[in-house]
Amino acid sequence: MTEPAARPSTLTEASPHVWLKRRARPNPAEFGFWIVALAAPYLLFPTYLALANQIAIAALFTLSLDLILGYAGIISLGHAAFFGLGAYTAGILSRYGWGEPVSGLAAAAAVAGLVGYCMSFVIVRVQHLALLMITLGFGFLLTELANANGWLTGGADGLQGVDTWKLLGWFKFDLWGRTAFGYSFAVLFVLFLVCRRLVHSPFGLSLEGIRENPVRTAALGAPNRAHLRRVFTFAAAIAGIAGALLAQTTETVSLETLGFQRSAEVAIMLILGGTGRLYGAIVGAILFLFARDQLAGMNPQYWYFWIGLLLMAVVLFLPDGIVGGLARLVPARWRRT
Amino acid sequence: MLVQILGVLFDGFAYGMLLFLLSVGLSVTLGLMNFTNLAHGAFAMLGGYVTLALSRDLGWPFLATLPFAFLVSAIVAVGFERLLFRRLYRAGELNQVLFTIGLVFVASAAAAYVFGTVHQSVDLPEALRGSLEIGDLRLGRYRLFLIATALAVTLVVALGLEYTRFGARVRAAVDNQRAARGLGINVNRIFAITFAIGSGLAGLGGALAIEITSLDPSFGFHYLVLVLIVVAVGGLGSIGGTFLAAAMLGIFDVAGKYLVPEMGAFLIYLIMVGILYWKPLGLLGRR
Repeated sequence: MTEPAARPSTLTEASPHVWLKRRARPNPAEFGFWIVALAAPYLLFPTYLALANQIAIAALFTLSLDLILGYAGIISLGHAAFFGLGAYTAGILSRYGWGEPVSGLAAAAAVAGLVGYCMSFVIVRVQHLALLMITLGFGFLLTELANANGWLTGGADGLQGVDTWKLLGWFKFDLWGRTAFGYSFAVLFVLFLVCRRLVHSPFGLSLEGIRENPVRTAALGAPNRAHLRRVFTFAAAIAGIAGALLAQTTETVSLETLGFQRSAEVAIMLILGGTGRLYGAIVGAILFLFARDQLAGMNPQYWYFWIGLLLMAVVLFLPDGIVGGLARLVPARWRRT
Repeated sequence: MLVQILGVLFDGFAYGMLLFLLSVGLSVTLGLMNFTNLAHGAFAMLGGYVTLALSRDLGWPFLATLPFAFLVSAIVAVGFERLLFRRLYRAGELNQVLFTIGLVFVASAAAAYVFGTVHQSVDLPEALRGSLEIGDLRLGRYRLFLIATALAVTLVVALGLEYTRFGARVRAAVDNQRAARGLGINVNRIFAITFAIGSGLAGLGGALAIEITSLDPSFGFHYLVLVLIVVAVGGLGSIGGTFLAAAMLGIFDVAGKYLVPEMGAFLIYLIMVGILYWKPLGLLGRR
């Protein structure tokens, strides 16, 4: 999985463990990034905390797509299905009397992960157009299902009456999103660390190997399908947590959480930021949602004109996304991996 | 009861033929270059708006606008292919998907800017209005016209692929692109021509769809999903498979809406996921 030939710099390393450890070592800039990300909304933009909360949730959701799309190479056009599943799980739990947030997240992760696990058996069987269509169709299936079962989900009106209890029995969710942002940020940070550990582990490397050349990894003895199933399940669970965060902090769930538009938007955020790099997911979510907030006065039809143009430009001129483009400006000796 | 079933089958088949016109071009071009062109529906929308502009603003008769819907879509599509899409043939599926989705966003916003967001309709000639009655069975004249057009197109496309030199080259390139190149076939040129014809047919389909579902700027998105289902279920590059899948989808969709309206489109997606799980290459796909 760690092919020396492909990475000449590793030839000098004594053992692969040293190389793995060095690769996973945090960069000082990362600490700065997270401190600024936490402090700036509270200190500089206290009126934008609700937006910051949306961004943290979107970043977590984009991160989950990055795991399967950027690292494992599974293209999904229906990833919002898991986001919506998590949102409805947490929302319905809370609607029927259990509004404790953290256990709500766990329940959402369990449901989304379970469905993701079942779905992963279909996903690993298909490629190319069939994969696109199965993920797309799965998203539509769940949307139709939620729409048809209005007694449980509230149908097209959305799920009403969600009531989230105080966080840890202490912090009340206020109108300004102070608690909400802190909560979403903490969840994002913890899960980011988990994902970071995952992609720097041998398992994460073998995912990249499968993405680059599945025939060769199979020949090396890597269980391709089992690996892909595992990461798909994991990403589904994280998407479910992101959805649950949205349900708990906004106290409503709409059909739109499952829809194709959300799946498309998350893919746009990821490609904007850059696939196959964890910070790409976060930067993409920040840029996309911030731009949308600033241009909110615009008719949505025209907002999509600019999004479309931006998407085409990024694909043509910045195939590694914005983070990838910036990374190219950094001198080679400062770069790691 | 029998009359009702026949009526549903007829309407469904007519709808399926519309879907066939919209998707046959995408099926062949996807089979040829493996270029996932989600903007196919946008070219169909262009054809629809060409017909709309000519018939309403310039007062042309409906039938006379149809060749222009074909031509304009074909020319615009080949322009995009030569200038932009060709850069993406080696760029990987995700980039192709996102680039062409971006194009659909832009096309939809441009259509909203020029024509507004209202649903548009066209005036049909007298001969295509109303319906033909055979006993109790009422067959819409326009739907008969639609079926006849689609069958004629199928015949021309199938015969063209089977018996002309160009068709033989297309088949060779679909079956094995590298060997075809090795034999001196100019695959890029073949692809550009096929792309133009396929997008032109989509434009024709878009023009014919106005009467069935009306036209608005979300047309490209609405039909995109249906067209992709037809192509994926039918199998890439297979005319017969596309025809079969389009007819099936049309009939299931109309029958589903008529018999079990509360299920919505659920049935369609379930059948599609089932078929693709069973046969990832589509019903008649070979690779």
